[in-house]
Amino acid sequence: MNGDTYVIKKNLSGILPHAQLDIELTERCNNSCIHCSINLPAGDKISSSRELDTDGWKNILRQAADLGFMTVRITGGEPLLRHDFSELYIFARLLGLKVLLFTNARLITSQIADMLADTPPLEYIEVSVYGMKKESYEAVTGVPGSYAGFRNGIQSLLDRKIPFVVKGALLPPNKNETREFKEWAATIPWMEGTPPVCSMFFDLRVRRDSALRNSIIYKLRVSPDEAIMILTEHPESYRREMAEFFDRFASPSNDRLFTCGIGPACVDAYGTLQPCMALRLPDLTYDLKKGSLKEALTSVFPRMREMRAENPLYLERCARCFLKPMCDQCPAKSWSEHGTLDTPVEYFCKIAHSQALFLGLIKKGEEAWMVRDSEERIKDYLQKSR
Amino acid sequence: MTKSIGTDMVFARSNDVVAREIDGMLIIVPLTAGVGDMEDDLFSMNETGTAIWNMIDGKKTIKEIISGLKEEFIAGQGEITKDVTGIVEELLKRRMIVEAASS
Repeated sequence: MNGDTYVIKKNLSGILPHAQLDIELTERCNNSCIHCSINLPAGDKISSSRELDTDGWKNILRQAADLGFMTVRITGGEPLLRHDFSELYIFARLLGLKVLLFTNARLITSQIADMLADTPPLEYIEVSVYGMKKESYEAVTGVPGSYAGFRNGIQSLLDRKIPFVVKGALLPPNKNETREFKEWAATIPWMEGTPPVCSMFFDLRVRRDSALRNSIIYKLRVSPDEAIMILTEHPESYRREMAEFFDRFASPSNDRLFTCGIGPACVDAYGTLQPCMALRLPDLTYDLKKGSLKEALTSVFPRMREMRAENPLYLERCARCFLKPMCDQCPAKSWSEHGTLDTPVEYFCKIAHSQALFLGLIKKGEEAWMVRDSEERIKDYLQKSR
Repeated sequence: MTKSIGTDMVFARSNDVVAREIDGMLIIVPLTAGVGDMEDDLFSMNETGTAIWNMIDGKKTIKEIISGLKEEFIAGQGEITKDVTGIVEELLKRRMIVEAASS
């Protein structure tokens, strides 16, 4: 026998075989945001009728717990649109799963908030914020009354001291509210003074379901010059952060497609497991209604990790580019933009090059994949940044 | 004030936590608010704690748990009793077990 302290607080990061499973309860949303890559109307009957039912989700949650998953990220669409959200939430928590909830907070009623207070998710809820004023918020969401609903939801969380953080999306209607958003976010105790994450490099429709919507999303994206202005608002800390990033992730580029390692795996609203939330190429998905999570994770997904690029343009550029660690290019982005896994996405390429130019890693007009002394440049940059 | 643990007492696992075994490791996951110091804490137990936890079933008395552990561990009665009462006190304080009954 041994020990004076029997119960040990346990940090499980990096220990568990499967840390997190994403589950997308629905693609439907009560907002109709102009930039969204997935949303369908809240009342979409076709989507609703195809969605996995309560028992189907419980089966998947049970499998996740049996396999040792510790956290499920519940997202959408707006997951609180599901009539069985509370039932599934409690079911997941009773299995000993932590729940990371992504929501716009509009449907956080007092009943939902009480449930979250009594049975905490054990992860900070992440609330998406689309504007600081009714006009800007509803110009993004396209839904009258949505701002008041969002504010009520936030208040319910604050009243019960339910930990949550906020994140934004930089869009034309709210572009002038950045400071106000940051100041407001700083008043939220669980933000701990950290500025909110604000997306601005919006993904195209991940189901490749609307050329019209894609054309709108293209226009909403910030230009590379704008991106640099925003990212380098505090130039020294930006340089430091990027140096840390390069130090950690820089490695010789090659033709392997999934340098991310794949994951967290995501179950879509219809019970199909996909490699991540963004990649829905049918060839790379697995129907959990006909098989098991274990089968998908142990025999199907590992094969993807070995997939190699074949597109000559990718092989000429991305496979040789030393900016890969800072570039958003990945099979998922390539799929949503071009319908293939290995086509360079010009927008992300330009963003990465703009950042590299600012950091002094490349010269004006230079293409990173043509650089021959990349190792020396990275070394030099890291030395100067320390 | 710490509750005095009698050997005739019986304890059960609390409904405020969920116990999971992942890769052979016992993980105690808080279910309701206020378990542990921080709501996002997970807990595990050392070898002794795990052995004792596994015997807390709402039926066995502390005396029976001590006697069961004597067969499993090479240790004296005094040491085992100290460990069992120690962990029971700690688990009670953390709301991970509740008193079920006294036999």
